[in-house]
Amino acid sequence: MPVYNEASVVGSVIRGLLPDFPHVVCVDDGSSDGSQSVAQEAGAVVVQHPVNLGQGAALQTGIEFALSDPELDCIVTFDADGQHRVEDAKAMASRITSGEADVVLGSRFLDDRTQLSLAKRMVLRTAALQSRLSTGLELSDAHNGLRAFNPQTAEKIHLTQNRMAHASELIHQLADIKPKWVEHPVEIIYTDYSRSKGQSLLNSVNIVADLFLR
Amino acid sequence: MQIIVQIILVLAVIFVSLALMRGGSNARHLAIRRIMLVLFTCVAGFSVFFPETLTQLAKFFGIGRGTDLVLYALIVSFLVFMATTYQRFRHLETTFTKLARRIALDEAQRPWVNQSVERSDGR
Repeated sequence: MPVYNEASVVGSVIRGLLPDFPHVVCVDDGSSDGSQSVAQEAGAVVVQHPVNLGQGAALQTGIEFALSDPELDCIVTFDADGQHRVEDAKAMASRITSGEADVVLGSRFLDDRTQLSLAKRMVLRTAALQSRLSTGLELSDAHNGLRAFNPQTAEKIHLTQNRMAHASELIHQLADIKPKWVEHPVEIIYTDYSRSKGQSLLNSVNIVADLFLR
Repeated sequence: MQIIVQIILVLAVIFVSLALMRGGSNARHLAIRRIMLVLFTCVAGFSVFFPETLTQLAKFFGIGRGTDLVLYALIVSFLVFMATTYQRFRHLETTFTKLARRIALDEAQRPWVNQSVERSDGR
């Protein structure tokens, strides 16, 4: 779980996860609001970036940390702002541990639970279409933070896009790794908090620029 | 006739810039870039004393004035500079991220390590 300045919510998100996921790893991306101690008190293992690097870098750190646990059977990435549901994460993890798939990607477009504004829907759909055209993967939602990997696949992931373009980079790498992957319907809970923290639509311009100037 | 020369010139500019931008940081490309920089400086200096020569050259290419020719060369060199700086910056960022990640992973507590130590102590 990548965390950057989420002290007001990260504690309750971790407490919600712990009954089902006893090993929660928080990668603190150099927060300045005390998110680290909140996460630690809530019962998560905290991996601390010494400086702010970006969400992509935090995800990669979290994956590498999790891989050093020899008893690891599944890695789930989860957003710290409480926009994902624990039930969805549980269902996705069980699809990994049962051996049904190597990678389970959350998608908010497989059912109609998630309420989205038209503009946001359009941008996300375009992003998914773009990654479909460039990688051939039939994805419906390319920018969903809820994902599950088995350790063999996670080992092959090397995210180098430190900031927001890591989602598209991940899809490109999955296209090369060719795991057994499935999409899983998830609900995104848009609270006022996650909306205020979430990316503005303009940030999609930055994502595209980052990808072009690789 | 002029339009053909202009199209070829634009294509050449795009091609050279792309080649130099994509070139990365190996020594050969660095040498080429430096040679171009020296050439560019020489031509710029030369044009101060003999503006007509440059204008003639520009006329030959169908560009117009000699200053325009210098301007185009400047734009190309600026693009190349931007691209190489960007690449160097990305490279630096990658190194820096690896360093920071190493520190983060080394400092993190590993709960499963402590557990196994306790278990082996108990036995």
